[in-house]
Amino acid sequence: MEATVQQFPPYRETAAPHGHDDHGHHEPNFWSKYIFSTDHKVIGIQYGFMALCFMLFGFFLMLMMRWQIAHPGVPVPVFGPLLEKILGQPAAHGAISPELYNSFGAMHGTIMIFLGVVPLAFAAFGNYVVPLMIGAPDMAFPRINMASFHAFFLGGVVMLVSFFIPGGAAQAGWTSYSPLATTIPTNGQVFWLVGMVLLITSSLLGAVNFIATIIQLRAPGMTWMRLPWFVWAQFVTAFILLLAFPPLEAAGVLQLMDNVAHTSFFLPTGLAVGGQLADRSGGGSPLLWQHLFWFLGHPEVYVLILPAMGIVVEVIANNTRKPIWGYKSLVYSVLFVGFMSFLVWAHHMFLTGMGQKIATFFQATTMIISIPSVIILTCMLLSLWGGSIRINTPMLFALGFLPMFGIGGLTGLPLGLAVCDVYLHDTYYIIAHFHYVVAPGTIFALFAGIYFWFPKMTGRKMNEFWGRVHFWCSFAFMNIVFMPMFVQGIKGMLRRMSDGGINYSAARVPNAIDALPGSVMQLNGVILWAAVCLGIAQIPFIINLFWSISHGEKVGTNPWRATTLDWQTPTPPPHGNFAHEPHVARGPYEYSVPGAAEDFTPQDAPADKTSTAPNAH
Amino acid sequence: MSESEQPVDLKSYIRLCAVVFVVVLITTASMIATSYANIGHGWTLKVALILAIAVVNAFLVAGYLMHLLSEKKMVYTVLIFTVIFFIGLMGLTMFAMNDFPPGTATH
Amino acid sequence: MEIPYTVKNRPDTGLYNAKLGIWLFLASEVMLFGGLFSAYILLRVGAPAGEWPHGWLDVRLGTVNTLLLALSAITTLLAWASCKVREFGKFKFFHACTILLALTFLGIKSYEYHDKWIHYEIQLNNGKIADGHFESAVYVNQASKQEVEEHSYRGNSFSQVAGGTTNNYQLASVTIHGHVVEKHEELMDLRSEEAKKAVHKELTIAATDIKKMENYGPRHNTFTAIYFTLTGLHALHIFGGTLVIFYLWGPGSKMWKTDPERFTNRIEVSGLFWHFVDLVWIFLFPVLYLT
Ligand code: HEM
Ligand SMILES: [Cu+2]
Repeated sequence: MEATVQQFPPYRETAAPHGHDDHGHHEPNFWSKYIFSTDHKVIGIQYGFMALCFMLFGFFLMLMMRWQIAHPGVPVPVFGPLLEKILGQPAAHGAISPELYNSFGAMHGTIMIFLGVVPLAFAAFGNYVVPLMIGAPDMAFPRINMASFHAFFLGGVVMLVSFFIPGGAAQAGWTSYSPLATTIPTNGQVFWLVGMVLLITSSLLGAVNFIATIIQLRAPGMTWMRLPWFVWAQFVTAFILLLAFPPLEAAGVLQLMDNVAHTSFFLPTGLAVGGQLADRSGGGSPLLWQHLFWFLGHPEVYVLILPAMGIVVEVIANNTRKPIWGYKSLVYSVLFVGFMSFLVWAHHMFLTGMGQKIATFFQATTMIISIPSVIILTCMLLSLWGGSIRINTPMLFALGFLPMFGIGGLTGLPLGLAVCDVYLHDTYYIIAHFHYVVAPGTIFALFAGIYFWFPKMTGRKMNEFWGRVHFWCSFAFMNIVFMPMFVQGIKGMLRRMSDGGINYSAARVPNAIDALPGSVMQLNGVILWAAVCLGIAQIPFIINLFWSISHGEKVGTNPWRATTLDWQTPTPPPHGNFAHEPHVARGPYEYSVPGAAEDFTPQDAPADKTSTAPNAH
Repeated sequence: MSESEQPVDLKSYIRLCAVVFVVVLITTASMIATSYANIGHGWTLKVALILAIAVVNAFLVAGYLMHLLSEKKMVYTVLIFTVIFFIGLMGLTMFAMNDFPPGTATH
Repeated sequence: MEIPYTVKNRPDTGLYNAKLGIWLFLASEVMLFGGLFSAYILLRVGAPAGEWPHGWLDVRLGTVNTLLLALSAITTLLAWASCKVREFGKFKFFHACTILLALTFLGIKSYEYHDKWIHYEIQLNNGKIADGHFESAVYVNQASKQEVEEHSYRGNSFSQVAGGTTNNYQLASVTIHGHVVEKHEELMDLRSEEAKKAVHKELTIAATDIKKMENYGPRHNTFTAIYFTLTGLHALHIFGGTLVIFYLWGPGSKMWKTDPERFTNRIEVSGLFWHFVDLVWIFLFPVLYLT
């Protein structure tokens, strides 16, 4: 079928007993169509676009930091004068001062996680794809959906504005440990907290909406065990956001009070700042912040990874042309991961002097949670076995995800054991560990998703050749960036040092500390240039993305010949999504069913067409 | 409790509310009485007693006013997990804050 | 386009969308207050012996507020039940009560805040502590040496622009209604026999005797900090809930004519939120006022 923007009548229009619909009946103008839209697909694209912009910005901050690490105190080429012009003193002479380095570090983490990956993986893909996959006309609460995006947007604005206030943006890391976060003399932290409260609000509204949608709006016949696994992953993610974020919101409010109303929730008695006793009542507990933060912080990493895994499963099933291996194991694993992710948080705090009983508990839960993660990865790998694999750009990224996530996950295990973690904590090993999961892991999966669903959004494919260039270059440079960090970390190089460890490496105390060898320092240069190349490797992607919207190869509604409902709609799907309410007759991955007319059987194809096929599950 | 179910009768609700309010009065009064009573053991025992009475009060509101006693399975499922994580959050944090190696100076 | 189950229950879950939505939202609220209550417990348990205040809040006002909220929870339920039996007039009456009760609650709460705000602990240079409610302060105009009396505390000094010139004022003395104690500990447990015996009277303290003067605001100690934060967040919830109920009672009640069933659902959902807010108070009251 040729891709035309056909306006099918949304399927419930005639039968509507409660005839008011606050949107969509009048001619939509620019504002109601793109800014105040309640259509889940538009909101998904809004999220996606914003998130990609933020990720680009976060990447830029990282480049500045990597320059500073590799060449401490040397003015940044090209961007240095610009930084000085915009930010003034902290970027004097175009070089990055330690304070600015701290700001960039804190904001890089915050932006990448809360304004980049979560909005893209959860909000953008979830919004666009989930209602389509379950056969719903929209989200359960379209206006709350819009409010969620607006809260996200405002939160982003607050975060960005904080760069320009006196003293600059937050400097206490994305983890914002107290008392540091309260004693640094800048209001950046206040902006950070207000921004976070907005972002948390956005996530909560989104989570409520997703869960209600998945529970309530599944099309007839779409039973739980017929849900595409992507939907399961988003479902669990939404629950994690719903229940893990509020304690951080509580902590954020308390820290806000510490910063604005000068309370001492997280400030201990006798706190001295700059050699002077702070004018505080004291009596608070810095560790309490860490507990509340990591109660979100650990589940948050699953928020980063689960939607990505969902995308990978969809892409793999589609491109191996066979049912995903172990659908049920996948479902139970993701439920179990979601549950356990609430009970492992203190493995980030082994060095806070915790006792052995509690440390043992958290080591045990950490080891337990890695089991379902491994099951998920194993199912993905086994799905490749015996498939007639179609290699295209989405599949390349999905395949790239597998070893990258494998490395990231396996290097997490030593961190989960206190004995090793005492040594590795706060070194570059940690940086390497979680970037392997999030950068070449999650972000590769997100790229796979973009290449995969682009034809649904636009009716055109992205350019295949440049997609492959994008993949192979990204794959190579990602590894050159992050692999050396394992080495640096094992050698003892600490994270969050604005001079990249120079001072530390010079501080050779005979018979006590063995300083960092020069080779470790030299790796900083390698990483810098690999990161620059990684940035350049994204240019083909950016051009490809925009170019293909109007010039890509035109394709039909179901170019990948996929089974799930998102591909059984007109392209792009109109407001209301389906021409007729879909009736789901089978499981999500009926590829190459023996005896079937084609090598894929859509979930909503009438049952008699495939009467010879055994029913799924 | 939506439309499809049996129609309600306002009178029975008013009766229910009267009962609830009387119980709230009693529980509140007994909390205050406990608070001022002289029962030894310092505050620990009192706090426990008062919170126990508060739980009764809360049960009333949740169970009857919010109809939690006759809610749907889906709501229970959501709430069960919430309660588990709530207990995990409080309990494990408390545990962690009380388990330090011997000799650790706190505060 | 019509979204399914906005009004009718979905057969397999037995719920309409908004009902599930509000329960999910309340689940997240449970975790929010869970974090805050955890903070409360840890701060309290971690406080050194004798450092956690008792009896700082007015139990009478707290009790009145408890009963007000309980009553409003009841009128909320009856408002919904009235909708169910299609008695719009009764609905209007019951929710009018809810709104009035809520506003009274907020009024009492702000009175309590004000009371803490004008309550000062004044550390004197001789090591004693004067403690009581602020009445007035005398400031001296630095240029004209004229004295002015202020009825709110304006810090150690302040300046004022009058007729194009800036006048600087310096604190001369403070008058409070309270008492003087030897040690800080005497201020902590106001339920104790000694504290009850204390005689409160008008005291005027010269500025030169004052070492530090601080009101019982959030920064005073961890108790006031958590008191203001918890009750403040709770009051915000009350405020938000009142706004919603007011909307449904006033302009939003137009829906009654077009779609009473959906309107009844809205009343139910907002009522669930309101009951939750009451539930939080049920724990706040004993935790802050009674123990
Ligand atoms: C599957 C097994 C995994 C295990 C056993 C594990 C274990 C750990 C441990 C123990 C730490 C704390 C190290 C320290 O600070 O000393 C850590 C840090 C981290 N992990 Fe993992 N992890 C796993 C998977 C993941 C995944 C899937 C993600 C993200 C998608 C992730 C993201 C992170 C992040 C962001 C940090 C660093 C937080 C910070 O300190 O800034 N991890 N991991
Ligand atoms: Cu973790």
